[in-house]
Amino acid sequence: MSENYQKVLNSERFKKLIKKRWTFSFFMLAVLFVVYYGYIFMIALNKDFVTKKVGVYTNVGIIMGIGVIFAAWILTYVYVLWANNVYDKEVEEIKKEL
Amino acid sequence: MEYKFGEPNLVAIGSFVAVVILTLFVTFLVARKQKQSASNYYTAGGGITGFQNGLALAGDYMSAASFLGVSGLVALKGYDGMIYAVGWLVGWPALMFLIAEPLRNLGKYSFADVVAYRLNQGPIRTASAIGGLLVLLCYTIAQMVGSGKLIELMFGIPYVWAEIIVGTVMLLYVLYGGMLATTWVQIIKACLLLFGVTILTLLVLAKFNFNPGNLYGAVQETYGVEMLNPGGLVKGPVEALSLGLALMLGLLGLPHILMRFFTVPNAKEARKSVVYATTFIGYFYLIIPIVGFGAAVLVGKSAIMKIGSGGNMAAPMLSQLLGGTPFLGFIAAVAFATILAVVAGLTLAASAALGNDLYVSTFKKGNVTESEKLKAARMSTLIYGVASVALGIAFQKQNVAFLVALAFSIAASANFPSLFLSIVWKKLSTTGAVMSILFGGLSSAILIVLSPTVWVTILGNPEAIFPYKFPTIISLPLAFIGAWIGSVIAPDKAAQEKYEQVKIRTYLGVGISDASDH
Repeated sequence: MSENYQKVLNSERFKKLIKKRWTFSFFMLAVLFVVYYGYIFMIALNKDFVTKKVGVYTNVGIIMGIGVIFAAWILTYVYVLWANNVYDKEVEEIKKEL
Repeated sequence: MEYKFGEPNLVAIGSFVAVVILTLFVTFLVARKQKQSASNYYTAGGGITGFQNGLALAGDYMSAASFLGVSGLVALKGYDGMIYAVGWLVGWPALMFLIAEPLRNLGKYSFADVVAYRLNQGPIRTASAIGGLLVLLCYTIAQMVGSGKLIELMFGIPYVWAEIIVGTVMLLYVLYGGMLATTWVQIIKACLLLFGVTILTLLVLAKFNFNPGNLYGAVQETYGVEMLNPGGLVKGPVEALSLGLALMLGLLGLPHILMRFFTVPNAKEARKSVVYATTFIGYFYLIIPIVGFGAAVLVGKSAIMKIGSGGNMAAPMLSQLLGGTPFLGFIAAVAFATILAVVAGLTLAASAALGNDLYVSTFKKGNVTESEKLKAARMSTLIYGVASVALGIAFQKQNVAFLVALAFSIAASANFPSLFLSIVWKKLSTTGAVMSILFGGLSSAILIVLSPTVWVTILGNPEAIFPYKFPTIISLPLAFIGAWIGSVIAPDKAAQEKYEQVKIRTYLGVGISDASDH
């Protein structure tokens, strides 16, 4: 292992990058849990709300189900936007020091 | 013209032969120029693009069970089927946030590489290969039994022959073209499936002026408002939590899915793969309930139940009603391609566990030549392929629905925690990882036997000892506790040092190309 590797490993910048990566990941995971379990618990515990009609035939439950699928999409895209624009840039910068 | 399920049908068999010829031809075309090596066999040499891999991941995940099963579930149970559709998708963002990139940067052929990276090769590879194989076996048996019954019904071929045909064609792809051919079979199958289901959805919506509201209206008028409301699937918060954990984190421990991340060149392409996979799979689960509700209204529940109480024929019957026998033949061929592709993916992953993790890395301690490695890969593929046909025949009369629950529970509890901790937790030791796999795997298996699915439905006892269908709520924490206890009682200093050094590779992706045989 070269000296530069050791230097990068011990650098504040690299440590900060790792911390930032997991902070963001766990934040996104928390949002996913809130969205998904919010949906599931609503179905399990609040039938009155879920069966309420939206329009003539569609109900809140159907809209919520579709909403969770859209949320899964949006969360995935947001993560990629973040990774491409924030994480990868920092990675390229740090790589230069190796 | 009335199509009688269970009798040989020329159009269906013709479309099925066409799909097999098409996929074999493409397999031949793409694999012809490939250099023969273990790395090409398991990972297509890492040269698949993110878009291709995304389609292939979608192909791996959208099994016949989700196509026929979820549409059938919606047709018979209404809204409850939709809850499943949503649940099958939510693991993908989690896979992205937690492991897609580090997995790509650390692994080579299988997820066991990542777990074993800084720990003792022998015990870790053996434990994770066994955990992986258990998941693959459960999944494979469920697929093989389902496919045999489906083909028996759709093409009128005897069950045993159906199993042998699936096994043989699948082995042709995998043995000849390895991961590259398997990837292309997955891509073709994913495109066919998405195309077929889209057409089916459009045909349904055309009957209702392209307004889903009218479709729900027809459902409500025919079967009452209950069809559109959640029923008995989600009983209480604990059951809901356990089911959700199994579906979400189970994905993160499925060996054939994880393996696909080694086919792309870097973390950025791995990320792209997940984006495309999530997009396609989400689209699929968004429109599949329309197919199910359409079948309920247009074909009718009683007609669907007459063919099979599980509702698996809902989508094929609907396709015949709306598009005639040729379209039915096409949908039948799509279902068949789906089975072939999924079984091929499972077999390749099993071959990596058997041939590379157990034989080459553990038994031979890596002292093998390149050609021996490839031979081990092919031999293990063959063994697993033959075994899956035999098991498919042996389990013919069994109720295998619980096997999918078991596969997801073991994946979530035995594979995921050890994989995840090996990426994020410095103090994880060899003993800790092995204990995590043991605790998670054993508790999953025992609790499923005691659960309503096995204890009541199969063994015929009046009441289940463990009340929930999915044991994840207990087995997942147990796996983490096992990892903690093992790492505290037998810490591993060398592994902790190596963890620090590996960080450059985990987070910056430096050193992947010279990922040597470890």
